[in-house]
Amino acid sequence: MRFDAHVEVRLRAGIADPESATIERALPALGFDDVSAMTTGRSFRFAIEAATEEAAAERAHELACRLLANPVMEDVSATVEPARA
Amino acid sequence: MAERTGVVVFPGTNCEHDVAQALALVGAEPVLLWHGEATVRGVDAVVLPGGFAHGDYLRPGAIARFSPVMEAVAAFAASGGPVVGICNGFQVLTEAGLLPGALQKNRALRFMCRPVDLVVASDRSPLTAGVPVGTRLRIPVNNFDGSYVCEDRVLDELRAEERVVLRYVENPNGSVDDIAGICNAQRNVVGLMPHPERASDELIGSADGLVLLRALLSARVA
Repeated sequence: MRFDAHVEVRLRAGIADPESATIERALPALGFDDVSAMTTGRSFRFAIEAATEEAAAERAHELACRLLANPVMEDVSATVEPARA
Repeated sequence: MAERTGVVVFPGTNCEHDVAQALALVGAEPVLLWHGEATVRGVDAVVLPGGFAHGDYLRPGAIARFSPVMEAVAAFAASGGPVVGICNGFQVLTEAGLLPGALQKNRALRFMCRPVDLVVASDRSPLTAGVPVGTRLRIPVNNFDGSYVCEDRVLDELRAEERVVLRYVENPNGSVDDIAGICNAQRNVVGLMPHPERASDELIGSADGLVLLRALLSARVA
């Protein structure tokens, strides 16, 4: 069965994130005084063949941990859903 | 006696000839090692030079760590052979798990290419053996992802075991504990962000890099 996978990679809490800090500093000038806790990350989407949704989720998580993220400084979340035809 | 030093070339590596030339200056015989071949060809030491291996796609070093040559480099390191990662090579070694921690974007989000002052923090590494602790060296950095980061537990270990090999005199990029270079627990694998090969002649601003490369040469003879 084919599943659509979505992996998000974010810097772990406590790791300096100058990009997000820079974005956040630009917000007041645009009138977004009400926004805080900005984080940035990367998003990966791919298709995966697996027998079950659980198996697909496990494979996607494994791929995310082995290659897409560096566990020293990044967290991952992987979700899958049956592929839309 | 010319000791054979492997210089690993990934697609996108761009400092291999500078490193080879600087190694030759101190009397080593450089041997270029293509990333696609799973061998280090019986060399006495291995250098992973700077550049943008595999375009630095994903993260610097993230794809290079899976190149066939890295298995041979890991086996060479496990057997006690001296391995040095310079800049992108340091990033590859952390991604490969041969050195702890990671290199993240410089604090100022800027590509940084300029000479920096370093101080030798340990003389127990193949790159600093015989170089007194406290020695100052002026060597260029050239990177975007040069800020060393690691878990507190790892930093405690690095300090307790005196595995910080080089520190910045003035921290240019937000590296924890001013770290410019570290070694592994066995002390035979070293990574550093500054480029010793770019400080190989007074004509180009400094010859301080040769101090480190000479140490590497004699480390192998021992």
